[in-house]
Amino acid sequence: MPVQVLFGQLLLGLINGSFYALLSLGLAVIFGMLNVINFAHGAFYMVGAFLAWMALTYLGVNYWAALVLVPIVVAILGMIVERTMIARLAQLDHLYSLLLTFGLALMIQGVFRNFYGVSGLPYSIPGELAGGINLGFMFLPNYRAWVIVASIVVCTGTWLLIDKTRLGAYLRAATENPVLVGAFGINVPRLITLTYGFGVGLAALAGVLAAPIYSVNPDMGADLIIIVFAVVVIGGMGSILGAIATGFGLGIIEGLTKTFYPQGSSVVIFVIMAIVLLVKPAGLFGKVA
Amino acid sequence: MADARSPHPSAAQSPALLAVRDLNAWYDESHVLQGMAFDVHQGEVVTLLGRNGAGKTTTLRAIMGILPRRTGSIRLQGQELIGLPARAIARAGLAYCPEERGIFASLSVVENLMLPPVVRPGGLSRDAVLAMFPNLRERLGSQGTRLSGGEQQMLAIGRILRTGAKFLLLDEPTEGLAPVIVQQIGRTLRDLKQQGFTIILVEQNFRFAAQVADRHYVVEQGRVIDEIRNSELNAKMDQLHAYLGV
Ligand SMILES: Nc1ncnc2c1ncn2[C@@H]1O[C@H](COP(=O)(O)OP(=O)(O)O)[C@@H](O)[C@H]1O
Ligand SMILES: [Mg+2]
Repeated sequence: MPVQVLFGQLLLGLINGSFYALLSLGLAVIFGMLNVINFAHGAFYMVGAFLAWMALTYLGVNYWAALVLVPIVVAILGMIVERTMIARLAQLDHLYSLLLTFGLALMIQGVFRNFYGVSGLPYSIPGELAGGINLGFMFLPNYRAWVIVASIVVCTGTWLLIDKTRLGAYLRAATENPVLVGAFGINVPRLITLTYGFGVGLAALAGVLAAPIYSVNPDMGADLIIIVFAVVVIGGMGSILGAIATGFGLGIIEGLTKTFYPQGSSVVIFVIMAIVLLVKPAGLFGKVA
Repeated sequence: MADARSPHPSAAQSPALLAVRDLNAWYDESHVLQGMAFDVHQGEVVTLLGRNGAGKTTTLRAIMGILPRRTGSIRLQGQELIGLPARAIARAGLAYCPEERGIFASLSVVENLMLPPVVRPGGLSRDAVLAMFPNLRERLGSQGTRLSGGEQQMLAIGRILRTGAKFLLLDEPTEGLAPVIVQQIGRTLRDLKQQGFTIILVEQNFRFAAQVADRHYVVEQGRVIDEIRNSELNAKMDQLHAYLGV
């Protein structure tokens, strides 16, 4: 086994893990606060990639501006969806919001498929991050290094925001007992809306990061989100650090499997999910309800 | 129908700070509060006494606006609260300490303490709360729910004193606590009364209630069935025993 291949697959694993972590983090934050399994998460990720492509193609907005603007635009879209649709189902069984977000995902994907087809659109790596460095044992493309660093920074920042700040304390408290938090004078419905916007904004950020790596196409979210749901199940719903650690960890495990047992690489995460569900149904980092 | 006048002529001279009239509340189909009515005046400590299940907790929850369904009238200085969401009622200056204390497990002691937003100026500072409850000072970094029951109760009271709300709803703050801690909470409540706080205190322990309260309302089956001034308590002891079934 040439060492270049091993490190190449590890790098690929870390890249995938970067996206798993960003997406499962958003899912975990949304689930903790809204008790909604957000099936539209992959669609918002795809919309993020598409908006970056559209901004560049139609408006000449470059990658760096898109990296900031697109998550904000998608967060606002998400907050509108939460206010106008998801909030109305808050009193009903969770199944309804799950169906709603699933239906939304299908509709959003359908619209993009209708206008852009399924073949995929290219988005080139920004000039500043073209090329790469030769580390001796492997060649590290700059853009891939950037994705990993960006994901780690955003995930860590999110965790610090939730774990260390006053806003984060509101979030944690409202996740635990929204009624009492409301009785203290805090606007819990607004907190919920912001949380949903933040979660899908993270998905859109992942989408922009992904645009230069994967081709931008309407199904990119649907393909990825199935794996991300498995990641969330393994890590345990509602645990922030668990979502991050599991995302990166499983990306690496997937990469290693590709090196040592390529046939197993597409199922290894689901095998782990099955084992975790049997041994620790609440997930590796989940609290037993 | 419910009596629209003040239910206790004895204290009717000044207009009530809080006036509850014909308050009805439901949990699903069960009609728990059935025409609750009482007044609380500025600076008073008033207790709600009554057996388990009489509707005392539900009354506080109805005032705070955290019940799915309630009707009637709850006026604070003339402002009608019945249609408002809980957060607006908190902002109007009512602060609630629930029976189960409501300490958050995912927050440290200091985060629990600092959680309720300040709704108006004049609340206690963090240091003033810690001076009142020194036990909390050493435990600031601990997980909220690692505290003993007594410490959790102090935290639950202390955190609402920071908000500047001068009207407290306290649901059985002495429940299940050791006598020495009950005494400490009793001193705290008398202290707060001195500082001008108005308090509705739910209690089962009327000996404790007698040490801190001005008046007592006896609650049975979701309504007030009697009012006893603290000075009359000894004379009415037999009757009270009958009410409470002790
Ligand atoms: N969450 C709830 N759902 C349904 N019924 C309830 C609920 N909470 C209280 N009750 C019922 O309402 C009545 C009044 O309860 P509560 O106000 O808690 O009484 P108290 O505080 O005086 O002991 C009781 O019969 C109780 O069983
Ligand atoms: Mg009670």
